[in-house]
Amino acid sequence: MIPSIAQPASLRWTYRIYILMFYIFLVAPLLVVATFAFNDSLFPSLPWNGFTLDWFVSDTSERLGVFSDSAMLESVGISAFVAFWVTALSLLVATSNAFLFERYDFRFKEFFYMLMLLPLVIPGVILGISILIASNSFVNAVDEAFNIEVEFLRPGLVLVILGQFAFITTIATMVISARLRKMDRSLEEAAYNLGATKSAVLRTITLPYLKPALVGAGIVAFLMSFENFNTTLMLTSSDSPLTITMFDRLREGSTPELNAVSLLLMIVSGILALLSVLVQIKEAS
Amino acid sequence: MKAQSRLFFYLLLTPFFLWLLLLVILPHIDMLGIALREQTAPRQYAFSFSNFSEFFKEPLYWRTFLRTAIMSIVATALTLLIAFPVSYYIAKMLRGRSKSLLFLLCLIPFWVSELVRTYGWMILLRETGVISNALQWLGLVSGPVELLYNDAAIMVGLVYTSMLFMVVPLVTVLESLSDDIIEASYDLGGNMWTTMKNIVIPHAMPGIVSGCIIVFMMTLGNYLTPNLLGGKDSLWFTEQIYTQFITRFNWELGSAFGILLLLLSSLIVWLGLKLTKQTLTSTMAS
Amino acid sequence: MTSTLIDLETRHVNKHYGDFTAVNNVSLKIEKGSFFSILGPSGCGKTTLLRMIAGFDEPDSGDILIQGDSMLGVPPNKRPANMVFQHLALFPMMSVAENVAYGLKQRKVQAAEITKRVNNALESVDLGDSGNKRISQLSGGQKQRIAIARCLVLEPKLLLLDEPLGALDLKLREHMKVELKQMQSRVGTTFIYITHDQSEALVMSNNIAVMNKGSFEQVGSPSDLYYHPETAFTAGFVGDANQWQASVSHIENGVCTAKVSDGLTLTGHINPNDALQTGDLVDVFVRPEAIKIIADHTSQNDQQSNQVDCIVIDLLFNGANSTALLKETISNKELHVALPQTGEYSGLQKGQTITIAWNPEQTHCFKVVS
Repeated sequence: MIPSIAQPASLRWTYRIYILMFYIFLVAPLLVVATFAFNDSLFPSLPWNGFTLDWFVSDTSERLGVFSDSAMLESVGISAFVAFWVTALSLLVATSNAFLFERYDFRFKEFFYMLMLLPLVIPGVILGISILIASNSFVNAVDEAFNIEVEFLRPGLVLVILGQFAFITTIATMVISARLRKMDRSLEEAAYNLGATKSAVLRTITLPYLKPALVGAGIVAFLMSFENFNTTLMLTSSDSPLTITMFDRLREGSTPELNAVSLLLMIVSGILALLSVLVQIKEAS
Repeated sequence: MKAQSRLFFYLLLTPFFLWLLLLVILPHIDMLGIALREQTAPRQYAFSFSNFSEFFKEPLYWRTFLRTAIMSIVATALTLLIAFPVSYYIAKMLRGRSKSLLFLLCLIPFWVSELVRTYGWMILLRETGVISNALQWLGLVSGPVELLYNDAAIMVGLVYTSMLFMVVPLVTVLESLSDDIIEASYDLGGNMWTTMKNIVIPHAMPGIVSGCIIVFMMTLGNYLTPNLLGGKDSLWFTEQIYTQFITRFNWELGSAFGILLLLLSSLIVWLGLKLTKQTLTSTMAS
Repeated sequence: MTSTLIDLETRHVNKHYGDFTAVNNVSLKIEKGSFFSILGPSGCGKTTLLRMIAGFDEPDSGDILIQGDSMLGVPPNKRPANMVFQHLALFPMMSVAENVAYGLKQRKVQAAEITKRVNNALESVDLGDSGNKRISQLSGGQKQRIAIARCLVLEPKLLLLDEPLGALDLKLREHMKVELKQMQSRVGTTFIYITHDQSEALVMSNNIAVMNKGSFEQVGSPSDLYYHPETAFTAGFVGDANQWQASVSHIENGVCTAKVSDGLTLTGHINPNDALQTGDLVDVFVRPEAIKIIADHTSQNDQQSNQVDCIVIDLLFNGANSTALLKETISNKELHVALPQTGEYSGLQKGQTITIAWNPEQTHCFKVVS
């Protein structure tokens, strides 16, 4: 049960083997994806034909490596562009939301807080189609009334950004609110008492205190946007972000290039994840 | 002072309302409106329940719906069963560095795109895949076996993808259970089973509910995993929605499906919360 | 030295929260350079009063003046009063020196000047070499000193202290009491200290205001409050006291005799503020250390003395503060009596019947306000 209560050795070992198997289950798919990125074969499957870096660097039509695949690289750029804007927008609104819910009391606050959580409960596909419908109605209405075509609200990157922003803001709000809630208000009062103006208090005390949460929320927002599929699928058009491009390639039949892209993605995600963990450790101390 | 404070309040309220109203509430009202209309002539629409009756008339639709719901419930239960012992091990059996390490290891799949994770399972499970080859090498099967494109494959993928959302609330809630209480239970004559049943599980209930609700919602709304691991016959309801919207361009029927999926999801969440007397706010907080 | 400067004056200050009166018509004057405490139970309004002086709350009516200037409408960052917070509110994201420099930076003092004054301030609290430390590296007592140095470096007219010793353990608290008092007399800044701990207030203060339910009960020196309480609340709250309720049977020369129950009458000093009449109910207070134990109840027969028989219930040994718990035989009231550790009472036994006596001068009677 707990280390201080002795259990039969057989039980202890069964438990340990179960845990080991769980972690094999957890790591196996990631491990094979990474391994087959280096397989000298046209297909990401056995048999193992030897080690190659072709799927990263090769530049032939039969074996196109990631770094030569302009379509793939372009979609990485598109994903980064989308993720940047989603992160910026959601951090801005989330910080505002956090102050609203942690620093003010108003009527129906509980109800509004529930509404704020709503985007987490809505499946991504449905969030996507609802925004698709609404933007379409809006564009049509404007077209009919003023005879103006609001092109940017047709399926495309702007809609993808808006769709991801819609639910990532909720997650960012929760991260920042949690930090703001933990803050001792007397820190701000002390600064105010020591002669700081209200804006100086915000600049020198509150925002530095929130920094770990802002960095953490930023990393989470960026990754969630970069890796989003469901909402993006419904809102994208010709400029596909990375996940959509990879999905299309997967259905066409994949080459190990896809493994190479995945490996790079894993490495970048891993670094960002590590960064956010480090920030959290620093926050705790 | 007071006037300034009110000004700030409205300054903070505005982005909140714009975001929620324009991107969440209005789109869903719009979707409901479209689900409740019927095209009578070109560019002519009338209020109608026909999209919903269409759903009940066509067995493919309501069977897919039912199948998605049942598979999601099974996936949630499986995830709980697998995650609980692991979470307990991390929370109660380990200390210090090894605990943080194993916990972080659990989080890894979350940081990697769902697409990559599913791709990994495809490589493992397909006919030419790693497991098929391993089984042949061991002599357990004579020829290649196709493990992909069936319900079991979908289930493996769903459980795998959901694992983190079960482990995190469970570890959190189990960590808050003091060792003293377990020791006290033993001291007063309890054994492993009675302690589990009377102490640990009741204590972990809020975490179990949180985890199950989140996993269920995510599974229900999943698209990638059933689509890639289940192949043509995956019959997942989100695929129906996609088909209606993108392939058939029947937005009316697609919207009705969306509303139905939302209703089912809300209903199950509501039931879960009611049965365990919790609120959405407290569930999401953990 | 006949005229003294008044650093803080409050005039009829009131503060309400809805129906609740937090501060009720409080007027006070605090002399320059004094250590002034506001003592009261939690919820008595002392924190609200302090926050109004600091500027975090505005009074509903009345005025607050610092060295003669009204502070109404002046925001906290513009008041010449600095505050040491209950949990100190040191900025965790800054070093010790940055904490102390914070106020000076906000005043746009030159960098070289800031360094000099911060170093002086750190030296003055014996933490000259801790400037580069993180706040989390300091001990509890060091944090206290930094919180005070952070305020004193700004040379405020008032230093407000909101129960800063509350979070410390007992031993450190005893030590910090002495240190705070010495620090105050060294720097000469007026300290306004709020606490619910009477021993903190008694040890450190020149003057104490006892506060209850939003009003001041009594303002005076520690010994005034202790020996000459003016209200029943003060008598009960400051120091320990045994208490009876009794009905007045006789009044003479500021002394009354009151009956607790059949066979038990007590004689005591009447509070001069009370217009007492025969038949009124009074609260009678006597301190544990004012009571003498008479070994043999025939030996001393002073007419003025209050004298009762008791049974020893328990002996509570606590070094110099040891007491005996007694049960008075007529009204069954439990009493505490101080036991001086002179060895004189070492023979006392549980269950023993003894006689105790005390002087009416040390017995205080307050009219019960119904």
